[in-house]
Amino acid sequence: MDSRALLTEMPRLRRYARAMLGDRAAADDLVQDTLERAWGRISQWRSGSNLRAWLFSIMHNLRVDQLRRGVLPTHSLDEDACDVPTRATQSDQLEVMDLESALRQLPDEQREILLLVALEEMSYADIALLLGIPVGTVMSRLSRGRERLRQIMDGRQPRANLRIVR
Amino acid sequence: MNPLNITEDDLHAYVDDALTAERRGEVEAYLAEYPADAERVRAYQAQNQALRSLFNPVIDEPLPDNLHALAAQPLGAAVNREKQPNLKSLLAQRLAAGLLVAALSGVAGWLAHGHYHPEDHMAQVTPLFRQAAVAHVVYSPDARRPVEVTADQEEALVKWLTKRLGVPVKPPKLGALGYELVGGRLLPGNSGPVAQFMYQDGSAQRMTLYVTTEHVGQSGTGFRFAREGQINVFYWVDGQFGYALSASIAKGELAKVATAVYDQLEPR
Repeated sequence: MDSRALLTEMPRLRRYARAMLGDRAAADDLVQDTLERAWGRISQWRSGSNLRAWLFSIMHNLRVDQLRRGVLPTHSLDEDACDVPTRATQSDQLEVMDLESALRQLPDEQREILLLVALEEMSYADIALLLGIPVGTVMSRLSRGRERLRQIMDGRQPRANLRIVR
Repeated sequence: MNPLNITEDDLHAYVDDALTAERRGEVEAYLAEYPADAERVRAYQAQNQALRSLFNPVIDEPLPDNLHALAAQPLGAAVNREKQPNLKSLLAQRLAAGLLVAALSGVAGWLAHGHYHPEDHMAQVTPLFRQAAVAHVVYSPDARRPVEVTADQEEALVKWLTKRLGVPVKPPKLGALGYELVGGRLLPGNSGPVAQFMYQDGSAQRMTLYVTTEHVGQSGTGFRFAREGQINVFYWVDGQFGYALSASIAKGELAKVATAVYDQLEPR
C-alpha cells in the first residue's frame, strides 16, 4: 500500500463516512481512525488486492466496534418494529422529511447497505463479502431500507425529528 | 401472473443496473404490468439519485490537512496532531498508537518480502525513533563508559561496525557544529545489530546517531520528528539505512545537525 493509492481512496471514504454519520467532524474522525488502523494493519494488506474494499471493511468494523461500545449516538430500532406504516394526515403540508434526516432513521445495517449500493455502486456480492454476511441478507436489508426510506420520505411514517419547511 | 419469475431481488438489481440486458427487458415487461412495483422502482431510482446529489459534493471537498498528512505520512500527521492545543487525552492515546503503527509501517516493506510472518513479529518490532531514544537515554548519561570504542580509535570503530552490520558505516563529522565524536557501540536492534555513534559539545551535551540497516526495502522518507520524553529525535530512511539523531536539545538545533548528518551520509 503506498500513500498515493491511499490518498485516492480518501474522498470516497469521507463521502461514505459523512453519509453514514451525518456529522462532518464525526465522519472525519472515523476516516482518521480508519487510516490509523489501516497503517497498523498494513501487514495484512496483500499487494494487488482491492485497497478500497479493504479500507471500507476496516471502516465498517471500526463502526461496529464503536456502536458496540456505545460511543456513537445510534438508533437501536428493531428492524421490524416500525414496519407498519401509519399515515399522518394532520400535518402533511408542514412537515416534509428531508433525505438526510430520513436516512438517519434507518437502522445502521440498512443505511450502510443502501449507501454502499447507491454511492459506492458496489455489487451485492462485494458488499456481502465486505460485511461478512450472505448475499440474501444484503438483499433483504437493501429492500427494507429502500422501502422504509420511501415511506419516510413520503411522510407516511413521520417520526420525531421532522424538519419544518416553509 | 408473473410468468418471468421476477423477484424482489430482480427489481433492486434493475434499480442498480446490475442485470443482463435480457433480464432487464423482462423486468421492464413485468413493470409495465405492475404499476405499484413500477412506482416503487422509480422511487428507489430517485433515492439513488438523491443520495448521490446529496453526498457526491463531499468527494470534491479538499481533504483536511490532518487526513492528508495521515494518508501521506502517518507519522508526520500524528506529530502534527500532537501540537494541536485542544488535543483530548483520548486522542493522545490514539496518537501513541499512531506513532507506533507509523513506524511499524516502515518495516512493512521489508516484512512483505516474506522473510517473516508479519503477524508473528509485528508486535515485537519497536519503531526506529523509540529504539534510538531508548539507546540515547541508556548510554548518553554514562560518564565513564558511554561508548564501547572511543573516538581515538575511530578507524577500528568504523572497521568493526562495518563488519558487524555488513555494510559500510562511518560517523559523520560534526565538529563544525560544535559536536565532537565520543565514540560508538554496537547494539541489538529488532532483528540484528545496529550502531550508535555518540557526540558531545563543549558543555558536555550529548547527542547520539543511531544507524540501522533494518529498513532495507523501504523507499526513502523525509525527515521525521518524534519526541520521547525529554528526548527529541529526527529520523529518516535513506537507501539501505535508517538513521535517528537523538538529543535533549531544541528541535531547531537538532534539525540543523540532522541536515548536516544527512548531507554527509548521502551516498550520491
